[in-house]
Amino acid sequence: MIKVENITKKFGEKVVLDDVTVTFERGKTNLIIGQSGSGKTVLMKICTGLFDPDNGNVSFDNRPFSNTKEKRRIDIRKEMGVLFQGGALFDSMNVEENVMFPLNMFTDMSYEEKLERVNFCLNRVNLSGINKLATSELSGGMMKRVAIARAISNSPKYLFCDEPNSGLDPMTAELIDDLIKEITEEYNITTVINTHDINSVIKIGQTINFIYKGKLWWRGDNKSVMKADNRELNDFLFSTELTKRIKLV
Amino acid sequence: MLKKLGDYVILMSQVFCKPDKSLIFRKRLLHEFYNLGFTSIGIVLILSVFVGAVATILVAYNTDNPLLPEKLIGFSARQMIVLEFSPTMISLILAGKLGSQIASELGTMRVTQQIDALKVMGVNPANYLIMPKIISCLFFIPVLIVFSIVIGILGGWLACVLTGVITPTNYVVGLRSWFEPFSLTFAMIKTVVFAFLITSISSYIGYEVKGGSVEVGKASTKAVVVSSIAIIIFDLILTQMLLT
Repeated sequence: MIKVENITKKFGEKVVLDDVTVTFERGKTNLIIGQSGSGKTVLMKICTGLFDPDNGNVSFDNRPFSNTKEKRRIDIRKEMGVLFQGGALFDSMNVEENVMFPLNMFTDMSYEEKLERVNFCLNRVNLSGINKLATSELSGGMMKRVAIARAISNSPKYLFCDEPNSGLDPMTAELIDDLIKEITEEYNITTVINTHDINSVIKIGQTINFIYKGKLWWRGDNKSVMKADNRELNDFLFSTELTKRIKLV
Repeated sequence: MLKKLGDYVILMSQVFCKPDKSLIFRKRLLHEFYNLGFTSIGIVLILSVFVGAVATILVAYNTDNPLLPEKLIGFSARQMIVLEFSPTMISLILAGKLGSQIASELGTMRVTQQIDALKVMGVNPANYLIMPKIISCLFFIPVLIVFSIVIGILGGWLACVLTGVITPTNYVVGLRSWFEPFSLTFAMIKTVVFAFLITSISSYIGYEVKGGSVEVGKASTKAVVVSSIAIIIFDLILTQMLLT
């Protein structure tokens, strides 16, 4: 479980996050949704330690993370898997080396054991047999899936996904959503997903946190989100022609 | 300016700490030996031959006096190559090649979030990425400069043979005259300092990139400019400190 308590973050005079308190539950896909510029990426960067908050704290299973020394954070970092928006695969390495990287850095496994784990993870994301491909040879969807394989290779307790299906076609986006949900439930991971994809909200939003103007504006799940009477949330969810028609139906 | 200097010092303090895994560090060090050092041999050798030849012809042209012994040309060419041309000029060339290479590599990693990925995994990205570059250059650039000195002197000899400015025998006699071993020590001290400046400054500039591809390009150029200026300034300081 990840607890975010009273987080405030400013850039200059601009308040990006204003006293946000939220809990991300274990074994569930916890979504952070909101318009571009609402502060959701900043919140995720604070959770992963890429930004420090001005006020408040983030703790992982009651272990403080924000505003603590880097040496103390490292143990928690080793339990994290992060899927970046662009994949952030290391372009100097091939697929196998990318997925094997966390194992090389943090385990004493033999090469055969590591290879077995890499093949397992690649198989898990339906990409068996592409071990030796360079990252430049991968499509957008494959990159995301390899990044997921890398994120889960070291059996993380916490998985962070920053807009996992942005820039993907609807079928691949659906595949990625399914994969993240399955992995979350299968390994009982605390998964936090940053998205503004409505399909993801409806399909995998086991808990949904709507951020509006830097504040936690609404909290619920994919069942209650369609019936919510929050005006800002409805403006966000039903802003396109397609979603407006769905709402009418 | 002071803030940037402080950021540079903080980055270096993150760079010089115990690597997370020594086996990985050794692999990366070997990779950087090849990537930064070995691939620079060609350009260093080609430049050194011509610089040595030009230095010899220039000295010969400026000492065209029957009262001055011909061996003075070999002596002067050697001193120019050992004391200044090889360590400083080749370092400036390497600042162009390695500086832009390092800054653009790290800058691209920064803007594509590869450095963030390392950090959130619990890896010290500064140590993992930058230390092998600095260590490999601290060892390999002096080797390149020794090659450069040898090839530069050979270039001077070739100039004698091909243009006949002086006889090759007098050139060789000049090379062997009034030799001070400290000249080589001085050249190596300068080289090590320049190697550190090139790699650390370029790494800092690349590591701190914010933005996109345009900023990576700008960082690459800035790395070359700042490294070159630092080399020239430290050249003056070291020459003043060590030779006077």
